[in-house]
This record gives sequence, C-alpha cells and structure tokens, in this order.
Amino acid sequence: MDFLVDFALLGLLTITALAIVKLRNLFAVVMFSSIYSLLSAALFVVLDAVDVAFTEAAVGAGISTILMLSTLALVGSEERKPRHSRFLPLLAVGITGTILIYGTQDMPPFGQPDNPAQLHVAPRYLEETPEAFGIPNVVTAVLASYRGYDTMGEVTVIFTAAIGVLLLLGVGFGRRGGDDE
Amino acid sequence: MKHQDILRVVAKLLGPPILLFALYVQFHGDYGPGGGFQAGVIFAAGFVLHALVHGLDETLQVLPPWVLRLCIAGGVIIYIGVGFVCLALGGTFLDYSVLAEQPIAGQHLGILLVELGVGITVFSVMVTVFCAFAARSGGE
Repeated sequence: MDFLVDFALLGLLTITALAIVKLRNLFAVVMFSSIYSLLSAALFVVLDAVDVAFTEAAVGAGISTILMLSTLALVGSEERKPRHSRFLPLLAVGITGTILIYGTQDMPPFGQPDNPAQLHVAPRYLEETPEAFGIPNVVTAVLASYRGYDTMGEVTVIFTAAIGVLLLLGVGFGRRGGDDE
Repeated sequence: MKHQDILRVVAKLLGPPILLFALYVQFHGDYGPGGGFQAGVIFAAGFVLHALVHGLDETLQVLPPWVLRLCIAGGVIIYIGVGFVCLALGGTFLDYSVLAEQPIAGQHLGILLVELGVGITVFSVMVTVFCAFAARSGGE
C-alpha cells in the first residue's frame, strides 16, 4: 500500500517538475513550485518525518510562494525565450543525474535498522530522551537541547538574512516607521 | 483586494484560528510535531494574510516596523540569553539542567524558552521580508 502511495506521489512530483520546465508564465511556475512543495511535504509524511513535512508545507508551500509572488509583482511574470541552445542544459542535467543515480548505489538500504545513521548517536537519543527530558517528541529534544548550538546558529542565520533583506530593500518600509532611513 | 467581500470575510474568519494554531504548534512542540520554526512561519502567515486582504498599511498599524525589528533581534537575544543564564547558574552554555531544581524541569523550561526565541525571530523575519517586498510593489 505504501508502495502505491510512494509511486503516486513521485509520479506527481515528476509531472509538476516537467510542467515547471515547460511553462513560460512565471506566475504559473510559482504556483507549480508551491504544489511541488506540498507534494514533497506529503512524501515526508509517508516517510514518517512529520516535523520536516510541517516545515516544508509552511515554508515551501506557504511563505516562499507569497515571497515569489511579491517578487513577480516587481519584475513582471513573463519569461523570455532562451537564446542559447537546449543541448548544453540537457547535457549538464544528464551528467548530474547519472552521477546522482550512480551515487545511490553506495547508499545503505532504505530504512534498515543496522544502517550507519541508526547506529551512531540516534540510539542514545532515543533511549535517554524520555528520562532526561520527560518529553515524547525526540525531534524537539535533539533540536533544542542536544543540538542547541546548531539551532542557535540557524536562528542567527535567519537573523542575518533579515538584516540583508532590510539593507537591500530599505529599512523604512512602513510610511510611519520610515524615521530612521 | 479591498473590494472582494468574500475574501475579506473568509480572511477575517481564518485569521484568529491561524494565530491560535501557531501558538498551539509553538507550545505543544514538546509533545507533538512542531516547534519554533513552524510556529513562527504559521504566525507570520496569519499577518501576511491580513496584509494581503486589508493592505500593508493596516497591518503595519497593528504591527509597527519598530516592533518587528525589536522581535528580530529579541528572539536571538532570548536564545543566547538562555545560554548565558545557564553559564551564570553554574552549568555549561545552553545546558538547561541548571535552570530549575530538577534537571528535567530545567530542560523543559530551557527548551520552551529557546523555542520561543526561535519562534519570535522566525515570525518577525518572515513578516519583515514580506513587508519589504510588498512595500516596493505598491503596498497591496
């Protein structure tokens, strides 16, 4: 049953990706990338990665679509026809794809309990979390406590991104708040 | 979109549940899926919806730019502040166990505060980026 769901979702992902490549109207492209994100979120749910699915649906399908649309409002929504030949992009995609598929040969089999990822620190996290933290969601425990430094770095990255956008697009976006420009 | 009555009504109905759901995701992150990142984005989505339907100026009256800028830095400061409080109480940086008498309670408190910091920063950054873009394209 899972097999069928996987195939349906991956098939839809491929169709969406092809549609994005084919379309010249950027407005439609943005909507399709939103659909792409939503489908990936569904795929993450199938893989039992609910937290990741949540983020993908909220950020990928939600906020970034809005940001893309507001960018399109600034730059226009029709893509120009490419002047270069189609051969070079096809070659690049073909080579990259072949290398990636070749790379999967060395990957451990999907979901096996004796995979390296399952044997490193994961067992300790799973065993310790209920006693040391008393919270059921191990993802939160890993994110906020075991990997607290990493998350601090991520928050700082978001903070820095906001400063970058504000510097590029203008600090005083509110007519009322334009006092310090 | 100021003249679209259906959109206005639906957005008005949806606004409070979106914000409430964001708070649920924020504070229930220990027990279910979710946490600061997701909650921040959902909370921001509520305000983005408000801005899309009512116009940017009205949203900026509810949420002035200086509040947003305060929140962007505030969340990071909360996060790093928790780390330094841990240091001051005799633990290592971001070791929440020392925050309360029982280590488990300390971890709970620490994770809650840190996730709150993440949520505040993510929320305000998302809204700020949206506002910065929307203000350029005419405020609608």
